[in-house]
Amino acid sequence: MSALAALARVEAFEAGRAVPLATVRHVHLSARPLVFVPVLMAGEAAAPLAALVGTDRTDPRLLVVDQPRDRDQRFVFLAELARIVLDHVAQCRGETELVEATRNHEQWERHLDAPQLVVPNPGGIEAMRLLGRSARFRSAQGPYPVDPLVPVLGRYLTWFAQDRAPTAGSSVCLALTEVLAAHWATGQSALEDQHLAALLAWIVPDRFGPAGAGLTGPQAAALAEDPDRWPSAGPATDPEFDTGVLSALIAAQQRAEGDADAAHAARRALREALRGRLQPTWDLLWQGLDLLRALPEAGHDEHRWRVDRGRFTDFARAVDEGAPPQPRRESAVAAARRLADLEAAQEAYDKQRALDDPLMLAAYRVTGEAFAGTVVAVDAERRDTSGRTPKPRPRVWLRTADQVVLRQGTKVACPQRPNQRPSIVSVTRQGADCVVELELSNDMGRKAVPDEGSVPEPGESRCYATVLAAEFFPPPPLPDPEQTPWTHGGPPAQYTPAGADHDEDWH
Amino acid sequence: MTGSSAERSAAARAVIDAVTADLLGAGHRGVIVDSPPGAGKSTLVVELAGRLADTGEPVMVVAQTNEQVDDLVDRLAAAHGAPGSGRGLTIGRLSASGYVPTQRVARHTGGPHAADDSVTVAGKVADLGAPAVTVATAAKWARTAQPERPAGGWRWAILDEAYQMRSDGLLAIAPRFADGTALFVGDPGQLDPFATIDGERWAGSPWDPTDSAVAVVRAHNPRLPVHRLPYSWRLPATAAPLVCRAFYPFTPFEAGSAPQDRAMKLPGAATVAGPADSGPIDQALDLAAETGWALYELPARHTVRTDTEAVDACARLAARLVRREASVFDPGYPGGRPVTADRVAIGAAHRDQAAGIRAALDRHGADLAAVTVDTANRLQGREYDVCIVLHPLSGRRDATAFHLETGRLCVLLSRHRHACIVVSRAGIPELLDAHPHTEPVHLGVPVKFPDGWEAHQAVLAHLGGHRVTAAR
Amino acid sequence: MAAMTTSSVADRLAELRGPVPSRHHDARTLAALTANPGCTRRAVLDAAGVDKRALAERIGFGPRFGQSPFAISRGNAFERLVKSDGGAALLALLRDELGLRPAQDDQGPDQPVDGAGPADPGLIDLSRGDREERYRRTRDLVVAAARDPQAAPLLADHPLLRLEVGGRAAYVEPDLVALRARGRDGSQRWRWYLAEIKSFAVIDGHADPMKVAEAATQAAVYVLAFQRLLAGLGLPDDLVATDVVLICPKDFGNAPCATLIDVRRQLAAVRRQLERLPRIGALLDGLEPDLSFDLSADAAGRPSRSAAQLGEAVAAVRARYAPECISRCDMAFYCRDEARVTGSTDLLGRAVRDALGGLGTMRDVLALSERAACASPGGYDSADSGCDGGDVGDVGDGDLAEAARLLNAARRARREALAQAGVSAAGNGGTGKHGASA
Repeated sequence: MSALAALARVEAFEAGRAVPLATVRHVHLSARPLVFVPVLMAGEAAAPLAALVGTDRTDPRLLVVDQPRDRDQRFVFLAELARIVLDHVAQCRGETELVEATRNHEQWERHLDAPQLVVPNPGGIEAMRLLGRSARFRSAQGPYPVDPLVPVLGRYLTWFAQDRAPTAGSSVCLALTEVLAAHWATGQSALEDQHLAALLAWIVPDRFGPAGAGLTGPQAAALAEDPDRWPSAGPATDPEFDTGVLSALIAAQQRAEGDADAAHAARRALREALRGRLQPTWDLLWQGLDLLRALPEAGHDEHRWRVDRGRFTDFARAVDEGAPPQPRRESAVAAARRLADLEAAQEAYDKQRALDDPLMLAAYRVTGEAFAGTVVAVDAERRDTSGRTPKPRPRVWLRTADQVVLRQGTKVACPQRPNQRPSIVSVTRQGADCVVELELSNDMGRKAVPDEGSVPEPGESRCYATVLAAEFFPPPPLPDPEQTPWTHGGPPAQYTPAGADHDEDWH
Repeated sequence: MTGSSAERSAAARAVIDAVTADLLGAGHRGVIVDSPPGAGKSTLVVELAGRLADTGEPVMVVAQTNEQVDDLVDRLAAAHGAPGSGRGLTIGRLSASGYVPTQRVARHTGGPHAADDSVTVAGKVADLGAPAVTVATAAKWARTAQPERPAGGWRWAILDEAYQMRSDGLLAIAPRFADGTALFVGDPGQLDPFATIDGERWAGSPWDPTDSAVAVVRAHNPRLPVHRLPYSWRLPATAAPLVCRAFYPFTPFEAGSAPQDRAMKLPGAATVAGPADSGPIDQALDLAAETGWALYELPARHTVRTDTEAVDACARLAARLVRREASVFDPGYPGGRPVTADRVAIGAAHRDQAAGIRAALDRHGADLAAVTVDTANRLQGREYDVCIVLHPLSGRRDATAFHLETGRLCVLLSRHRHACIVVSRAGIPELLDAHPHTEPVHLGVPVKFPDGWEAHQAVLAHLGGHRVTAAR
Repeated sequence: MAAMTTSSVADRLAELRGPVPSRHHDARTLAALTANPGCTRRAVLDAAGVDKRALAERIGFGPRFGQSPFAISRGNAFERLVKSDGGAALLALLRDELGLRPAQDDQGPDQPVDGAGPADPGLIDLSRGDREERYRRTRDLVVAAARDPQAAPLLADHPLLRLEVGGRAAYVEPDLVALRARGRDGSQRWRWYLAEIKSFAVIDGHADPMKVAEAATQAAVYVLAFQRLLAGLGLPDDLVATDVVLICPKDFGNAPCATLIDVRRQLAAVRRQLERLPRIGALLDGLEPDLSFDLSADAAGRPSRSAAQLGEAVAAVRARYAPECISRCDMAFYCRDEARVTGSTDLLGRAVRDALGGLGTMRDVLALSERAACASPGGYDSADSGCDGGDVGDVGDGDLAEAARLLNAARRARREALAQAGVSAAGNGGTGKHGASA
């Protein structure tokens, strides 16, 4: 928790409504996201109960499992879900673009679009992961056959929830509460921000309560926490609902067994009750998306979405080619590769956000990892003559009121010229300010004197930060999985579908 | 304290012999040596590198930082490479492009001013000739081409600071010695390696890439022999029992030196000019000189991390210590040696605290420039005569997992040969009492002992007897 | 003030509670002692045996947590399944998955057990009878096993244990099974292993870490109670293992799986909190003499204390609120409201308060953030800085100089960035374009 973000919460509390934590939108929003509100049965590991799902805010599809303990019905639900999700995936695979060959990769085709799933909260992503896990090892053959789409859905849900969702900067699978909380600070705690309605109540309090009531954030949040008005956004249902409504409806269906009319009525009653519980969350989700859409797009949005599109292209092709389901646990090599991937994504995302958004950069000023101020002097002519050919090494003096705690020799960069990485020569106190002396050593052209505009001018405002100077090194090569050394247990066993994979639910 | 100094040295040699026997006996693919702080880990690495090289087969040595690599190269060359050292081994130092040999490496690379020419520096294995021992950082090893030479990989590997190496880092270099035998050496009590992302998804997996190299090797090879170095030659008799009790409760060790072996003397405070309020500062220094420990306690208060008073107290203690011309005594320097600024370190938990202390020191005078000020992470593996520590929990209202991390406190309290002075706000016992115990538990993850909370309690209980209250 | 004697503490606590029965501690409430030990309000109410849920409801802040009937019935069904067939499947599981070897394994066929239960596999039912009787039978079993390991049964269903809590006996109702076996550590000594049955799933070796933590802390209470039982019998307390057996459904089915969890840390935490309880006297010393949480009512149902009186009493004891309390403490909604009304930074969470240098109120935070940066940036000598602004809180000004500097820097950085992006500092995205109000 940075002091800046902490102060923003206090300001939000004082203002009675949320305050911005970002000035641009740091996630990509697809033109037609697939919104998914899953609800699971209490007490079971991954027994779907119901879901609202779709790309049309006025016409969500309601999926319901009439008897959540009936394992066959669970897979009927998953098959229906598969049709919707895989249809969304298929629609993103129409057009492609040609990607020129590079040193490490031959020429390839990248899809012009990628799917985007939006769920209410991190619990929704965990529900997707569990549903994906329960579906991906199924088979259309054998003693417990399922719809052939179910194992494909399982692979995709796993990819969304387990591969892409934890990757910083990826937007193919978003938990709305997390995205909103990254863009606004509320006057409540991070724990309460996990409640979608309460979080939105701080951002747009006027949407809560009767029209024209003019509620404040905390007033609206108090209403939002009332489960009768704003039911749980899932994946767990409210215990009161289970006790008061759901158990009776499920019992009614069991009683109606054999009586077609009664069974039909009972099913309808259950569907209506569940629709009533899910609809408010569905509406909130779209409102949240509207809020995000109103933010200007971040500078690196296109770049990051291109990465998502590329990963999607790769994954979709692998599924087409019959890749085995993702393993239960990653092998040593796969885990190490993923760690490198996740760390690189995080580092890149941090840097991109700081470049795209002055408010993100501001947090680094408070921690002493960045400083902003005015250029007070420049020695543009300065050269390093120790080598055979003199090299331009201009010096820049910048006066700042920020506390500079960076060490001598630290590399920094600024958004105006992100590839130029000057190093700190000295920091001198002048009254309440500091004067930082920087030496420029790159990104000034190839001539003996620096290119026009490549050296800051006196009077210019600049903000230099270490995060902007971060350089990315490719991770060290890892052995092939078959070459896993003894230190890590030797090569992993190859995946072969086992009977137990297909019937593990039926013990 | 058991046995005479000679007996303790013999016991330490016996461990080295046992490790050698396990390595040469060919019964194991690897051997692990746990070393408490200052127990002669480098001596072991240098000695084992020599003995393994005696087999005539090449040895690769892995360290974590360039600093550590250069230290090892220097020590290896002095022990085995220099003329008259007995072995006359050749040593290769693999380096990244742009590496300029430090002075301690350059004096072994030949030329008019060099002591010897046993060391070759190059960016590629092939350019080293065929040295008996090759040393590089883990990062460099990971980027060397998969064994060009020697055919089939290295017969012997020594991995230093293996507890600070991440599992994925080991995976990248292990193919280079996969058909050989490896020695893993490290201090299990120091800071664990860290990842910049949350590694919870792998918790409990034997392939958790964020785990330490030793943890993953042991998970897959539970029968590897584990040896332990029994004596800390760094920590004085005043410190070893506390550090052992608090941080190594199940793997006991003792100080290698007897209480009478070490002494720190401070000329009378009155002889040194100084500000009028240096009373408690001097008291803390005197107490530390006498007992090895002092707790310089500031009034209880919650503060921002860069607590000005605490930061300044650290700087003043260091300044006063140097200006009072303290000297320390040890059988290695029986005539005493002065505690100069470069023999003093100030340790803190956070970088901004270290920066604040550095700034405060600078205001106290240029003669303190040589005092080391750093975070626990960067003080790992280093040694000083006196350490001044800004307590990680000082001024905090709630303890986080970061602040409670056992390794952090252990590093800070085990860098000194003579005395350690802890600077803290009062109120830490209350903070620990109020600490909620609701940490998540992951199946299959061995519980780390000691628990940070317990370790802090043990340390505070001890420091309570060495308290000096700061004047306000 | 002189420290209270034990009996005067007990009297004082009884006064606070009024003429209603004391709430009994169980493993859950004892485990909860470790969740927020710094809270005086909770400590006093728990020590006095006040029904916190009822109290919170009376003052208008009833807790909302409950358990779904589906979860409860699933939990019961799973426990029944695990214990069915006299525990045969359970024993096989413990043997196969954990390498626990019943002591009899080395002694040939199981010996018949003395009267109480079936000879094989030896599940003894301790769940019937009143508490004293069940406790006595549990103790007898332990004594018998210590005397003759071969003669005792392998599994005990619902043993009852007892712990001394604040001078009173608390029975811990372990809804679990105790098993006597040799551990996998290779030692030849047998121990008691406590097993806990939970209905959350272990999927591919992973379980919800918060649920496991909760189970581990509760199990630690049982281990502690068992250690006390052993100590009372003059037996070594390491006869009970500090690894407990967690039995959960495996993956998505009903088949049980067993995992050993090391609860030594939790055990130390529970033990320490129980040791602190007698020191409650020090907390009581500071309270008004006429304070009362009396929830009793007369024959006509008229409460002896009004909601307002109870509210005042609660307010008189300091809380240490944190957002995590909401899922753990019956009083949390009251405390949250109190934090909100007083503008306490506790409302925002521990991490936020820490980042604010521990400042207690939002008002102080804002006042300091707006105070001009008057000390020198590196200024260590805040006393000379000449800052004033002494109306901030009750803390000396010099103490706050560095907090002011940090907050002021944060405010300045925030304002400048927002201005640069053309967004109002207090703006929001609700009305069309982001920060349109700027």
